[in-house]
Parts: sequence; C-alpha cells; structure tokens
Amino acid sequence: MSDSLLARLNNLDRRWIFLAMGLSIAIPILLKLRFPEYPGPMARATFNAVEAVPEGSTVLLSFDYDPASAAELQPMASALVHHCAARKLKIVFMALWPLGKKQADGTIDRVLKEFHPGYQYGTDYVQLGFQSGNEGVIKLMATNVPEQYKTDSSGTALTSLPLVAGVKDLSAFKLVASISAGYPGAKEWVQYGNGAMPEAFSIVGGSTGVQVSQLLPYYPKQMEGMLVAVKGAAEYEMLVEQKYPVAKPEVIGQGRVRMGPQLVAHLLMIALIVLGNLAMIAGRSRGGAR
Amino acid sequence: MTATTMQRSLTTTVAAALLVLSQPALAQAPEAATQDWIRTDRLPLLLVIVLVASAVAAAIALARSGRPVKIRRLAALDAVDEAIGRATEMGRSVLFVPGIQDMTDIQTVAGVTILGRVAKTAAEYDAKLEVPTCRSIVMSAARDAVRAAHFEAGRPETYTDANINYLTDEQFGYVAAVTGSMVRDKPAACFYMGAFYAESLLFAENGNSIGAIQIAGTAEPSQLPFFVAACDYTLIGEEFFAASAYLSGERDQLGSIQGQDLGKLFAAAVIVIGCALATAGIWIPKLAGGADALRKYFGG
Amino acid sequence: MLQRTVPIMILCLSGAVMVLAYFITSAVSWSETVNVWFNVLAAVAYVLGAGNLLTVNLEKISSQRPGWGYSAITLAAFFFMLTVGLFKIGAVPDPAHPTVHLAGDYETAASPYGWMYDWVFSPLTSTMFALLAFYVASAAFRAFRAKNIESILLLGTAFIILLAQTAAGMFLTGWIPEGSAFAFLRLDWMKIAITEYIQTAGMRAITIGIALGVAATSLRLILGIDKSYLPKGGGAA
Repeated sequence: MSDSLLARLNNLDRRWIFLAMGLSIAIPILLKLRFPEYPGPMARATFNAVEAVPEGSTVLLSFDYDPASAAELQPMASALVHHCAARKLKIVFMALWPLGKKQADGTIDRVLKEFHPGYQYGTDYVQLGFQSGNEGVIKLMATNVPEQYKTDSSGTALTSLPLVAGVKDLSAFKLVASISAGYPGAKEWVQYGNGAMPEAFSIVGGSTGVQVSQLLPYYPKQMEGMLVAVKGAAEYEMLVEQKYPVAKPEVIGQGRVRMGPQLVAHLLMIALIVLGNLAMIAGRSRGGAR
Repeated sequence: MTATTMQRSLTTTVAAALLVLSQPALAQAPEAATQDWIRTDRLPLLLVIVLVASAVAAAIALARSGRPVKIRRLAALDAVDEAIGRATEMGRSVLFVPGIQDMTDIQTVAGVTILGRVAKTAAEYDAKLEVPTCRSIVMSAARDAVRAAHFEAGRPETYTDANINYLTDEQFGYVAAVTGSMVRDKPAACFYMGAFYAESLLFAENGNSIGAIQIAGTAEPSQLPFFVAACDYTLIGEEFFAASAYLSGERDQLGSIQGQDLGKLFAAAVIVIGCALATAGIWIPKLAGGADALRKYFGG
Repeated sequence: MLQRTVPIMILCLSGAVMVLAYFITSAVSWSETVNVWFNVLAAVAYVLGAGNLLTVNLEKISSQRPGWGYSAITLAAFFFMLTVGLFKIGAVPDPAHPTVHLAGDYETAASPYGWMYDWVFSPLTSTMFALLAFYVASAAFRAFRAKNIESILLLGTAFIILLAQTAAGMFLTGWIPEGSAFAFLRLDWMKIAITEYIQTAGMRAITIGIALGVAATSLRLILGIDKSYLPKGGGAA
C-alpha cells in the first residue's frame, strides 16, 4: 500500500463514509433490489404461536414504539395485524408509549381497514390507546383491566363496547404481542404480564436489533415467539403472505424491501472494517521497517 | 425571593398537599387484611435481598471499623481530572449529559451524583460546565448538585444556573439540540453518565468528530457496546454505580462496593452449583432433580 | 438541619415502602401513592421546565447571541404546537357532540396537530434515528481494529452476524445440509449459537452485575449513607 494511500485511509474524512453509506442504501431502494428470505426458527415460532390461537379469540397488541423506530418495527406490526385479522381474531390495541397510539392508528388505517373492511369497531377491534405508568399499566391490567382503562382512546366507556365489555384481566386474551423499541416493552410484558399469570396467555414479541440480547433469555419459555429487527420482520412477512396473500403486497412487504439496502450496507461495513485493518497493518509494518 | 427559593417553596407546598390527599390511600390499607398479607411466591427473592443487603451492611460495618478497603482502579474515573484539566487548558467547556430518563431511574440518580463530583473538580479548575437535561426534575436536581459542588470547592460565586437547562422530553429532539450545541461550542470534555438508548452513538460519534475526550457510563446493556467502541473511557454496568462511591472516597461507600462484590460471589456460587447439578444430572438423574429445584426456587 | 433531615426521611420511607410493597399485599396501595407523588411532582416540574425553556431562549434572542435563530424556531414551534393542541384548533368534530368544539379529535391527520405530527415530527424523529446508520459505519471504520486476540474474536463475530443478518448468509452457506455434520458451519446456525449462548451468557453476567449495583446504590441512598444529592453548607435559602 503506497504511503499516500495509507495516509489518506488513516485520515479519511468521515463524510466519505457517510456518502458511501447513503449510496449503499439509496441505490438498492431505487433499483428495487429484492433477495429471497428463509424463515428462521424464531419467525416460525411467532407464526405458529398466532396460528395456534383459536378463531374468534381475543388478542392484545401493544404498540410500544414511536416514529423513530417505525422503520424497523412497522413492517412486523403490519404483518402481525394482518395475520391476526386473517385468522379472524378479535384485536385489542393499546400502547405503553405516548406515540405508540398514533402508530397503532396508522396500522389500523393502512392494514385493517384496507385488507379487512369487514372488521367493525367495537365488535372486532378496539383501540384502548396510551396509558402512562410504564410497567404499572401491565401490573394493573393483570388483575383489573377496567380499572386501568375505563374508556377507549376516543372516550367511549368499555362497558358499551361488546368486545371488551366483559374483560376483567389479562386472562381474557389468548395472546399478547408487544412490538417494542425499548422501555417499557416486551421485557416488561414478560416480567409483569407473564409473571403474574404464567399459563393464562401466550406472549410474542417484536423488537429492534439492539434489544435482542435482553429478550433472548425469555425465549422460548416465557416468550413463545420473537421477531428481531427487520430480518425477523421480513421472515415473518414471508410466512404470513404465503398463507394469507394480500392484493397490495407492498403494504405487508416493507420488511423485505428493507433487506436489500441492509445487505449492501452490511457488505459496505465489512469492507470498511477490512480496509481500516489493512491500513493499520500496513502502517505498523512501515513503522517496523523504519 | 429568588427563583430557586420559589421552586423549593412550590415543591414543598405540593408535597405537603400530596401528603394530605393521600389519606384515602392509607385508609384503604385495612381492607387488604382479608387477603394473604404476604406474597409467599416471592419469598426466595426476599431471601436474596436480605442476603445482599446483609453483605453490604456487613462490608460497611467492617469498613467503619478501620479495615482497609481496596477497590481496583477505574481508569474512567481517574481520567476525570485529566479531562477537565484539558478543557481548562484549551479554554473550552465541559459537557455533562445525565441521561435521558427521569429521576425515577436509578441510573439518573447515579449520574447526578457523579455530576456533583465532576462539578466540584470543574469548579476547582474554573472550567465552564454545561449540563443540558431531558427532564425538568433532573434539571432541578442537577442544579442542586452543581451548586453544592461549587460551595464544597469554595467557589460559590462562580455558580450560575444559566449552564444547566432543560431542553425537551422528546428523545431525538434532545439529541438534536445537544449534538448541535456540541458541534457549535466544541466542548473539550464530554461526560455521558446515565440512562441512554439509541442516542448513545449519536452523542459519542459527534463528540469524537469534535475531538473531545469522552467518558461514558451507563447500565443499559444494549448501549454499552456503542460507548465502548466510540468513547475513550467507559464505565460498564456496575462500575457506573460504584463510581459515585469511588469518587467520594468515603469508607462507608467504598465498603458498600465490597458488599456488592459479595453479592456477586453468591450469585456466581448459585450459578456454578446449578450448572454442576444440571450437568451431573445427565448421568445421575437424582441430581437433575436438584437442579430443577434450584431453578424453580430462584427462577419461579 | 431540616434541609437535610426531611429529604433523607422522605427518601428512607418512600424507598422502604416501595421495597415492602413487592412482598406485602397491603402495602401495594402505599407504593402506588408514592408513585402518584412523583407523577404530580413531575407534572409541576413541567411548568418549571417550560419556564426555563422560555427564559433561556428569549434571553438568547434578545441579546442576539450566535445561534439565536435556532432559539426563535424553537419558541415558534413550541407555541404553535401548544396553542393548536391545547385549544384543539382545527379539530375534527366528534359525531356524537358536533357542536362541542373541545370534544373534537385533534390527533387525526385532518387536523393541524395531526398533520404536524405526520409530516413534520414523525419524519424528523425518523431522520435523527436514521443518522445512526452513518455513525455506525464511521465508528466501525475507526474503532474495529484487530489489535489483540479479543478484538480479533470481536471482528470475527461481527462478520458472522453482519453476513447472517442478510441474504448473503444463505447465499454463502445455505447449501450446507441442515442435518449434516458440517451444519455448524452455516452462518445462520452460527448466528443462533452466538446470540443464544455466547451473547446471552455475557449479557446475563452484565445484567447480574448491574442488578447488584442497583441494589447497593439504592441501599446507600435509602440508608442515608450516600447524601451527595443534598445541598451542602450555606446553600441558597
């Protein structure tokens, strides 16, 4: 490696790296690069956990993320809602994050109303909205849902909504799914929800990549299925769409859309790491030679 | 009446009102007498708490009795003086970020405690210390800590509220504001001590781009790798909680760190015994039952 | 003396109640009350925080210090969202109560508040989060150097995970049969082994250490051994 190249690498302006990363993400998106996905055991476990819920049962979906993490978590949330509706499950939406309610509303508009227009509010799905209190919300819901949520998000009393009128505690739900970006999230659902009533319902979780290490200890015992980052979302989408195809695959296929740029960006990072190490080794050998 | 006095009066009045208003909650207590008064399923955890607390208390008692307390050096904390001295020499400020959570998070409490120590050193060196906060209560606590530090350093006249401000509760709004001020003001030393989430790498890389010396500490396992990769020194997990005691130098607090280590030994012993039983249980089924019992007792 | 004794007493009692409530059923309502105290204090502190925000930014604008334009934008955005949200300006009327203005939904996309959320706040937040991708690349280039055995192991692990998280993993090693003796060489299997065993073990160890650190710190505070949060000497009255 020549001295000038070595000097350039050692003093590389980080903006060149930013430019390379920008191109590595933009070009695959513009060229619509797609790659085959092979569902792994966690995605399969999540799919099977939802499939195992009897038709007509009620499930609870907790949207514990905000717009910042939507790029990573929205694909799995959309696929999960579609899967539940395709299985004719009754869905109760809620959020432990203040902005999670808006994310749930958006998912209801884009997925539920679009692909399942027969779903009626109050009888097939309900939006409970956001409640402050973090894990305190889960603790109270474990024993007394009406005490925690007296009305839905638009102020209608739960007693006048047929789907949730008779709900007393979390055991009314056959499945609880938390799409979480941090605290509070899937971990708190396992600790305080599953911890309070271990056999009453199944829990599946979706999380960002950095959170996986905190959630893995709970899989597969306390958490039957887990979707990790965009890869998990892409694998789950494949399974859902294979069995329950939709007219607009781009709505339920955003995880797979993101895998193209992810591949190129990861290869770029490997190349950068190798380049950096080559520069270091070349620098050391020159220093040793002198 | 100063603004600070108004703050304190308001807070005290509200607290007193809360005390009065909470009487109904106290009146509710007798109703629970008809239920089981103690959660027997949580007794194993109570046993662990008693063991750990006893270890800490015993270590503190031993430290008070004069027994020497040896704590290994923490490079990150030894570098605090160096970092602040560097900032003073360069005529630039010191930035301290106490995390993005509220005072209910023990990491924020630990961060504000370390802020007191850092502020004392900054006051002694006459360095400008900036503390942008993500929560209003943290701003109040930080102001108290820094004011106390200036008094302790014998420099009460150099304290000013102006450098400790509340920005916003919104995570990325806070990050945008702090990183923007980092790029404009170019602090020479940056401290990140508290609870951080996705913004940890944003802070650390920005600090690196302006050439600041960076010392971080957090107990968020998912963010530790980012700080370790991008900062000059990192306090990992329990080192962060030990930092306050380490910096104080007080025998009681150093003793509590030793008690914490005793608790770790206990946890390690249980893990080793459990693994040994589970492994031996492959060949001797009776021992597998022992491992299961241990798992059920401690794991629920 | 009261300035130090009363806060220590509040801390001791509150801390003890929170711990006891986990084990004693009748103390649960007391711990909820302690939580309520904090929530009320936090709500009051919002006012202090907003006041501080206004003071700092107005002072910056009035003294025309460098960067005062950012302060002007901050205050404009603050007042706009506060006014639009608080008074529900442009809210979509509630069908059940069409003449009651404050019954309307201000969070829907048809209202100014909802529009600002969907088209300003949400994209800005996502943009800040997206910066991480660029910073990860620059951090990786700068920091991931094979200087010793540990860093070489780290690099190897990083390469395995980076490849296994994409289609490249299956492309490179997907041809190895799952049931064969060499199945452990598949990148997806290696990823599972690394994340479920090595990473989880390390994370559990760190978590145990953190839990003990939290316990010791909490004990120091509850028992009044660590009083660094209290004002010292002749603090302002």
